[in-house]
Amino acid sequence: MRRRPWILATALTMAACSSSQPERGGTPAPQTAGPHTDLFATDPFPSTYQRFPGQQTLIRHATVLTGTGEVIEDGAILFRDGQIVGVASTAALSPPNDPTLIVVEAAGKWVTPGLIDTHSHLGVYASPGIASLSDGNEMTDPVTAEVWAEHSIWPQDPGFGHAIAGGITSLQVLPGSANLIGGRGVTVKNVPARSYQAMKFPGAPHGLKMACGENPKRVYGTARESGTPRGPATRMGNVAGYRTAWIEASEYRARWKRWEAAGSPAADRPERDLQLETLAAVLEGDILVHNHCYRGDEMVTMIDVAREFGYSISSFHHAVEAYKVRDYLAENDICASMWADWWGFKLEAFDGIKENIALVHEAGACAIVHSDDGHGIQRLNQDAAKVMGAAAQSGISVPPEQAIRWVTANPAKALGILGQTGTLEAGKNADVVLWSGDPFSVYSRAEGVWVDGAQLYDRTAPDPLLHRDFMTGMAPGGMGR
Amino acid sequence: MKRFATGLVPVMTALALTSSAGAVGAQTVAIQGATIHTNVQDPLEPGTVVIQDGQILRVGRDAEIPVGARIIDGTGLVVTPGLFDSWTQLGLVEIGLSAEGTVDRTTSDERITASFNPVDGINPASTLIPVTRVEGITRAIVAPSNGASLIAGQGVLIDLGPGPVTAMLMENPVAMFASLGEAGASMAGGARSAAIQQLREAIQDARDYAANRDAFAQGNRRGYALSRMDLEALVLVANTDIPLVLEVHRASDIQAALRLAEELELDLVLSGVQEGWTVATEIASARVPVLVNPLVNLPGFASLAATYENAARLHAAGVTLAIASFDSHNSRNIKHAAGMAVAHGMPWDAALEAITLRPAQIWGVGDRVGTIEPGRVADVVVWSGDPLELTTAARHVFIEGQEISPDTRQKALFEKYRDLSRLPR
Repeated sequence: MRRRPWILATALTMAACSSSQPERGGTPAPQTAGPHTDLFATDPFPSTYQRFPGQQTLIRHATVLTGTGEVIEDGAILFRDGQIVGVASTAALSPPNDPTLIVVEAAGKWVTPGLIDTHSHLGVYASPGIASLSDGNEMTDPVTAEVWAEHSIWPQDPGFGHAIAGGITSLQVLPGSANLIGGRGVTVKNVPARSYQAMKFPGAPHGLKMACGENPKRVYGTARESGTPRGPATRMGNVAGYRTAWIEASEYRARWKRWEAAGSPAADRPERDLQLETLAAVLEGDILVHNHCYRGDEMVTMIDVAREFGYSISSFHHAVEAYKVRDYLAENDICASMWADWWGFKLEAFDGIKENIALVHEAGACAIVHSDDGHGIQRLNQDAAKVMGAAAQSGISVPPEQAIRWVTANPAKALGILGQTGTLEAGKNADVVLWSGDPFSVYSRAEGVWVDGAQLYDRTAPDPLLHRDFMTGMAPGGMGR
Repeated sequence: MKRFATGLVPVMTALALTSSAGAVGAQTVAIQGATIHTNVQDPLEPGTVVIQDGQILRVGRDAEIPVGARIIDGTGLVVTPGLFDSWTQLGLVEIGLSAEGTVDRTTSDERITASFNPVDGINPASTLIPVTRVEGITRAIVAPSNGASLIAGQGVLIDLGPGPVTAMLMENPVAMFASLGEAGASMAGGARSAAIQQLREAIQDARDYAANRDAFAQGNRRGYALSRMDLEALVLVANTDIPLVLEVHRASDIQAALRLAEELELDLVLSGVQEGWTVATEIASARVPVLVNPLVNLPGFASLAATYENAARLHAAGVTLAIASFDSHNSRNIKHAAGMAVAHGMPWDAALEAITLRPAQIWGVGDRVGTIEPGRVADVVVWSGDPLELTTAARHVFIEGQEISPDTRQKALFEKYRDLSRLPR
């Protein structure tokens, strides 16, 4: 499989980061990387996504938040064949001569890029939330890098349909946080499908879910049914667990690369290890690390672990204390995926403040509003608005054209798909939301959502074929939202 | 001695700040020139409200301001009654998980179910209370969780001003909380019908006990399923001195709860009711109020008809409803919940009432709080704008006429970390 340009970009960023960091005593140098190999990047479950049919569409006279930090009053966007053709003021974007052109008159309405959630469990913890559908945590070992969240995804989870009504066009589905290393996450398009492969975002890198803190030590620190406690039982046990796994992965990677350098002799082919293959792909820069981590000090520890083994962290998740280490995040080019206001449900969430996201943003780091929740994913824009309000109250002004980046461009960056989506720019995927008003008002609602130029949500005319099977013929509420 | 050495003035300031949360006394305050939503008349745009001795003294377009009153310029601001969250565990829960000793919401002791009263577990110094009140929530129900029984226990009504808890209590107990439907079934051996039967037996036993206390004390009465303490508590429900709050969601569970309440002649409040809109006319004709959360819509097997439009549809059918957070750390999100109800079809005035006047009425204190009119308790909030909007902030919060301090632990953390250059690496 050919490496995609954005993976290359990620690898370069990583190299730049590690070279800019001062050496620290006692820290072994990163493993010698050598030339990149595709050995670990194979995907036996390739994307079969095909964009839905869509007509050339012009939305005009709207307030357009481009996701690049700009706002265009009386703006317009034109898209065709799944791609954005142009974004400009209405006056500057003349309608093409196309008898099938759909023109949406959007005075008083707002247009944004499709919203992107870096942290969802849709499909793996589907609705209804019953034991039959609890498929998000492989709680059988603290390191389960071998599992892939996509193999738990139920494409018929009605939550996907609710999410698109909230403007979500792409999302990363992750394993849960019971394990130190929980497995691979997958980025999908929020489209109806009969298989998850048909949702899989073409070319998006996989994610690797890692988890700090309380969850792994709680799950594995208490005596199991066997009566035998197993590790980790402590935070120091957590860190030993990550490092042990990365040592094995480094050796595995070196073994395969030596074999490849020797001409890949069939007789000497190393034994495949599904777990280490995923970790080796991280070390190779082909899989992006998404690290559940609440406390600031633990984030700093994880930055050191990453440096020890020569990988980069794409985003910390939850990061309730990101504001305490926002300078570290900025220096290391690590995103933080955060809630607007969740706090206190455990000690590592006790220091949550509503300015968290705004402070990370202000520090020049990559701030993201994430959900981790089937309801929250329906209103990432509203959570961003809560942060704007709290920040303003504390003297930090974040205008809409910046705040929209928390739910569009920045999550796209963290997922390695910013080259295709996350902003409204010519040539990018036509992932577009038309809002009834300012998306940061509680009263505004998504009226239309386009994925790759196809309108997959129309508030005025819901299409039953786009509903998920579970709700089909089930209840009068149906897709009531 | 040290405090004298460091200077008397700072100490006095600190004391004044501390007491400003509650004990400043009978300061007269006039909020002048704001848009005032009174819940009893059309909004005053603008108007003036005067607070004195813990009460609303007067309100009107040109209400007279007493000499010497502190005047708050309300130009461009919005005034509402204090918000009222109808389901929280404020004071009972500090840290939800793995923090021993910080959670007092329930017990596994099967002898303490209906008799569970949270008052002695409420911590007025909880960090959650300031975090909640600075966002305009001035009163809350504190309800227990289910422990060993589908009867969780008694809820109380508190204000979010300073402690001790005795100073916060407004109604104790205010209601009895229990669960039917899925949750009730799981605590009654696994079937909905068993849960109904347990509840029926409990009420019948309470009535029998109340009529035969002497015989019971002498050991001359049949055995009861519940302890003496639980029966005593349930007598309040059996006599309709307090309402029974039943958590139910599925339409058939709502109907079963309505039937049971009619059969046993109970004063019923329904909680949750995610499928409530499908049986709204039945709920309305039974004159049973409901507590709803407009922030949920994902289907479960007991909530297949869940929709964000539930509140709007219940309201349109004539059901009395309060919007509750069913949360503690984020009780402050009842504003967001009310805004979502409006976004999904509920009239704005009704949504504001659902977090102010309706809860007051449901919990039997509508003659004291929930409106801005002379003689009412002065729970008043001055907002930077529309209180249901996500970017609006509460500028001044009065509880019983006292302006509460803007200080919270979260604010202190923000200020500590505002400038990282002052902190060690």
